[in-house]
Amino acid sequence: MNAPVVFEGIGASPKRKEDLRFLSGRGNYTDDINRPNQTYAVMLRSPHAHATIRGIDTAAAAAMPGVVAIYTGADMVVGSLPCGWLIHNKDGSPMNEPGHPPLAQGKVRHVGDIVAVVIAETRPQARDAAEAIVVDYDVLPAATSMAAALAPGAPLLHEGAPGNVCYDWHIGDLAVNQAAFAQAKHVVEFELVNNRLIPNAMEPRAAIGDYDRSTDQHTLFTTSQNPHVIRLLMGAFVLQIPEHKLRVVAPDVGGGFGSKIFHYAEEAIVTWAAARVNRPIKWTADRTESFMSDAHGRDHVTKARLALDDQGKFLGLHVSTTANMGAYLSTFATSVPTYLHATLLAGVYTTPTVYAEVKAVFTNTVPVDAYRGAGRPEATFLLERLVDVAAKQTGIDKLELRRRNFIPADAFPYQTPVALQYDSGDYQSTLAQALKTADWDGFEARRAAAAAKGKLRGIGISTYIEACGIAPSAVAGALGARAGLYEVGAIRVHPTGSVSVLTGTHSHGQGHETTLAQLVTDRFGIPLSQVDIVHGDTDKVPFGMGTYGSRSLAVGGSAMVKAMDKIVAKARRIAAHLMEASVDDVEFDKGTFRVAGTDKTKSWGEIALTAYVPHNYPIEEIEPGLDETAFYDPKNFTYPGGCHICEVEIDPDTGIPTVINFTAVDDVGRVINPMIVEGQVQGGIAQGIGQALLEACAYDASGQLLSGSFMDYCMPRAGDVGTLSVATHETLCTHNPLGVKGCGEVGAIGSPPAVINAVVDALRDYGVTHVEMPATPAKLWHIINSGRQLAAE
Amino acid sequence: MPQVTLTVNGKTHTVEVEARTLLVELLREKLRLTGTHVGCDTSQCGACVVQMNGDSVKSCTTLALQAEGATVTTIEGLAKADGTLHPMQEAFREYHALQCGFCTPGMVMSAIDLVEKHPQGLNEAEIREGLEGNLCRCTGYHNIVKAIGAAQEVMHGRSATLAPAHAAE
Repeated sequence: MNAPVVFEGIGASPKRKEDLRFLSGRGNYTDDINRPNQTYAVMLRSPHAHATIRGIDTAAAAAMPGVVAIYTGADMVVGSLPCGWLIHNKDGSPMNEPGHPPLAQGKVRHVGDIVAVVIAETRPQARDAAEAIVVDYDVLPAATSMAAALAPGAPLLHEGAPGNVCYDWHIGDLAVNQAAFAQAKHVVEFELVNNRLIPNAMEPRAAIGDYDRSTDQHTLFTTSQNPHVIRLLMGAFVLQIPEHKLRVVAPDVGGGFGSKIFHYAEEAIVTWAAARVNRPIKWTADRTESFMSDAHGRDHVTKARLALDDQGKFLGLHVSTTANMGAYLSTFATSVPTYLHATLLAGVYTTPTVYAEVKAVFTNTVPVDAYRGAGRPEATFLLERLVDVAAKQTGIDKLELRRRNFIPADAFPYQTPVALQYDSGDYQSTLAQALKTADWDGFEARRAAAAAKGKLRGIGISTYIEACGIAPSAVAGALGARAGLYEVGAIRVHPTGSVSVLTGTHSHGQGHETTLAQLVTDRFGIPLSQVDIVHGDTDKVPFGMGTYGSRSLAVGGSAMVKAMDKIVAKARRIAAHLMEASVDDVEFDKGTFRVAGTDKTKSWGEIALTAYVPHNYPIEEIEPGLDETAFYDPKNFTYPGGCHICEVEIDPDTGIPTVINFTAVDDVGRVINPMIVEGQVQGGIAQGIGQALLEACAYDASGQLLSGSFMDYCMPRAGDVGTLSVATHETLCTHNPLGVKGCGEVGAIGSPPAVINAVVDALRDYGVTHVEMPATPAKLWHIINSGRQLAAE
Repeated sequence: MPQVTLTVNGKTHTVEVEARTLLVELLREKLRLTGTHVGCDTSQCGACVVQMNGDSVKSCTTLALQAEGATVTTIEGLAKADGTLHPMQEAFREYHALQCGFCTPGMVMSAIDLVEKHPQGLNEAEIREGLEGNLCRCTGYHNIVKAIGAAQEVMHGRSATLAPAHAAE
């Protein structure tokens, strides 16, 4: 096999291998799968936010055409959907962890909670029968907002969580923090909301349960970002099915953004019920169900204080956050406002002391969990708004204030006061590059030109860091994680030299089939077409923890590198035998094994074939075959960072904000496929613009979800997002073999404060220091209208 | 049960449906053409767009019975028999205009209709406005807009080949 003519290795942008099937309608998403003799499930969901169930009458429904079975909580008494992260209170006691039954047990706690499942021959029949079930609810008062849930006498969601509190946690040394504030020249105080979002991956969740009674084997096809994690959680905690009797397949998945990490009730219900009815059962959410059952994101209320000296150096930061958990603890919910948020509050700054306390609260709403960025967008939004407010209060230029407080490029590794040790970064350089690309210096002329047209133009900046590449297992374990967070890669070299990679990560849009294959092409010197990436099936892939926290390349790619190291080591021994040379003298480069300093060579294909046809082979010393597996546990998190700059123009007559220019310069470490990295960052920025300007999850006081459809929840459309200028500035991760950091979340982390800082800047003559997200036209119009007097002065 | 006869991707089918069966259900469940997707239930997302009698329609809000006698093209019917992609499909690949692929079939079908209905050509703002009925959560639309801009040049015969994308753009 010859080396590829066109370079397809690390740093190249080959077109994606997965595109052809997606573009020609040959994708294989969960709802595209049909099993022989399949039935259909419809979930009957609570229309009430909080109610006790006095009775469920299924008799009429059960008699309807096509109905196979109806189950309620009385039938399905199984384990609780588990929470994967134990957080401790300030006093050291464990968090309150009430159960989460897949089918409601006598009480419902949010609109969308599942009361019964109807299984029928067709989906319409199941739907018709679900409508015929009569549930006798005793409706209780609901606590929809965190304020309502924490108020004295609030309705209690769970007996095991007094005051509706999950935990009251903190990090940092409060005495040191208070001492810093005592010395401060300036103290900037600020309160803000991080708005609740609904992830809305375009593919609604779906699940197919299947059961083979001859082998007692359960199979679940599901829209998941991490099939092995679902196997572990559902098998061990909910249904008590051992791993070897449970296969979980996550085929093509249409976007996740975090919402498909978690183990959901419907997965357990169809798996459990399929064994009972002894037929496959398919469930597919309609979008209305997605809105009321997919885990939501964000939803923090935060009070922050920043202490500065007379030179504008940050002396200390104090943060109090209240975080909404929703009605039940979703899989990673408890880690988001704590270890994914509070630990990021040093940001890119040398702030010597940070103290943060987080109170997590149960409310009668859909569970809240990780959504693209998970905790880090909340930290970044808080910090980067706070710095802008501090700049205004101290009179120090907002760029200068940032520069004065940046962690210098020569200070790495840098230990923050909130647990993390950053390995690398260069914030002055990403800032300088972004300022130049965005023509920051030319802005005042553009502002004047906009003003001449009657428009309000503003510019905003965000200099951010995030922690991803999740995660060193021992560190995560010490912080409460109930799982290891390593990754697994198996490299299977076939006799003809082509390669299958089995990875525990999962692609749901990220393009792993291309990017991960590029690692193999680069290392082995074989064409991309000779490499297949296999993922998403617990029966094929040895193990894995899946894809979230921008970990696929940093952790999963590193596992592949370790496995490829083993392959090369063995292949060199085979080559040495064939060429009658010492192993130490055999070099390997671009698909060719060579005895150093000679013209004796063996090709990749010859070695692969020899490994499987070991006629002339050192059989006494090494086994036949060329198939190696590696587990990689990262030594640290990775720390992408960068600078986002946004320019908006607001029409004062309508309040409509328009993003005119958006510039991002991100340090995501080594870039494997620039085309894919750009795409990931662009998509993240669009979600960030969505959070900043458009998207709001709204409940009324009774717990009804007001933003329960695409007609009520404003998703970014093509006309809402302008052209995005995206570039990278590499500093290499120092502790993984690829030098990669991760690019999946940076766009959604860095962008919201850049947008809101621009909006506030545009309104600088109107007496506002902050605008809560989303900055809708109505909100902006009111600010402009009530501030006209100020602006005129 | 009522019957509907329609031609999909050049092949004529007669199918029994319920009066309430939607065109997308007919395509996905009766004809097993699962390239057409369902992403919402309010006719907003456009993942289900197909061409019917020369117009793009949302097949999730079209009754199967409305397709009586109709000619329907789905994403599966775009490429030539030898596998050559339609210029719009090729442009989406070239410009990295898809990530998870779920909105892609509807996006491509809408884009083709948009371009066909505007032989004079579309600028960036017009393309963005023309995509009002299609949601994508992955790409931020940037590359979709570029792909459509490049594809229209080929579709209208103004360019023999697709302009290549540049990674640094």
